[in-house]
Amino acid sequence: MGIGKTAFGAFPDRTLRSLAVEAGEKCMEDAGVSPSQIEAFYLGNFAGPSFVGQNHLAPYIAGSLGLTGVPCTRFEAACASGGSAFFHAVSSVAAGLNDIVLVAGVEKMTSQTTPKVTEILAGAGDMAGEGRAGATFPALFAMIAKRHMYQYGTTREQLAAVAVKNHANGAKNPLAHMRKVITMEQALAGKMISEPLTVFDCSLISDGAAAVVIVPLERASEFTDQPVRILGIAQTSDYVALDAKADITTFWAVHEAAEKAYKMAHVSARDIEFAEVHDCFTIAEIVATEDLGFIKKGEGGPYVLEGRTRLRAERPINASGGLKAKGHPVGATGVGQICDVALQIRGEAGELQLDRHSLGLAQNLGGSGATAVVTVLGSI
Amino acid sequence: MSTGVIYTETVVHAAPAEFVADAPYQLAIVSLDSGGRLTARIAGERVKIGDKVELAEERNDVPFFRKK
Repeated sequence: MGIGKTAFGAFPDRTLRSLAVEAGEKCMEDAGVSPSQIEAFYLGNFAGPSFVGQNHLAPYIAGSLGLTGVPCTRFEAACASGGSAFFHAVSSVAAGLNDIVLVAGVEKMTSQTTPKVTEILAGAGDMAGEGRAGATFPALFAMIAKRHMYQYGTTREQLAAVAVKNHANGAKNPLAHMRKVITMEQALAGKMISEPLTVFDCSLISDGAAAVVIVPLERASEFTDQPVRILGIAQTSDYVALDAKADITTFWAVHEAAEKAYKMAHVSARDIEFAEVHDCFTIAEIVATEDLGFIKKGEGGPYVLEGRTRLRAERPINASGGLKAKGHPVGATGVGQICDVALQIRGEAGELQLDRHSLGLAQNLGGSGATAVVTVLGSI
Repeated sequence: MSTGVIYTETVVHAAPAEFVADAPYQLAIVSLDSGGRLTARIAGERVKIGDKVELAEERNDVPFFRKK
């Protein structure tokens, strides 16, 4: 297994293609494979056609990597596009259809104005219902936060604690978009986006790409003496519209995906040493820690505020800085999370290296919970 | 589908391109007395979770509810 990531950030001089090619080339170099060995290419991308006006993206990127004559397919599952591409790539290897597969995720977002980006992102929701009424993605997660606060007593400070923690981690990540420590006071005083979420509760609009190479376990020794093993993986779904869900304080699809992935990996939630979770908004990290079974329902707020998910604590969550500080180039995010977990397992995370790093988890969420991908990764 | 209770709500400050002129505006999910939920805009006075609301009007197929 090889991994490769570009820095995440606002890069006005970089094209979508050049970002994806950089990540793909880094990844193939890391894996020690050449383009002629790759048997299939899976690309996660949410809205390339809307952001940069380019369709037919998978063969477009593959061709630039010197990769032709193989199946090249783009996966779109909103913010879980990368995770979905990865899930299907793993499925094809597990089924014996392919041996050496390249997965990439990419998004180029910063060439559009913020209102336009907000409009494109809203397309991951139900445009005929919530979208027409004026719902943005921050608004949907703000409504989740309000209900979570109402049902469980979650506070503004608990939400802000996610941002403070993830910024502290991201400041030590050389590839992060926002390498800046913030205080609780700053986080609480941020510009209001959608009540109760301020700008510090929202992830960033970023450009970036990430890639991984997957091979069957029995062939891993040909490429590395330190393989990262995919122990369990699941993708699940739920209704797209938030108002169609019975209880919006939980991402049911995440809960289901986690159960399946744990079962496949023969582990339980308590065995997971660290996790990269989908903190597109601070409330999403709190809900994710509950849905993944790390803490009881409703207790995700105190769990983060008490510091139990910090870098040197009992179960570090988003040691990389999360989407909050790393940035959230939508299609790249799910693949980037796999890279970050793999980096920890290999023991190559530098200043962010965790003490316990043999069993990690990545959780990628699409829309307001309509797609979920959960992956359990470990050393052998 | 003309009356219900606020299930959750938010006030949107950063609006998508199409609704920039409306911001800030209140958006809510209403649990309808007739069953089911609906995403709607709030007209007039701000509402909070648990408030009773009624349909005030529809604009461009978007329901606007107000506090009862």
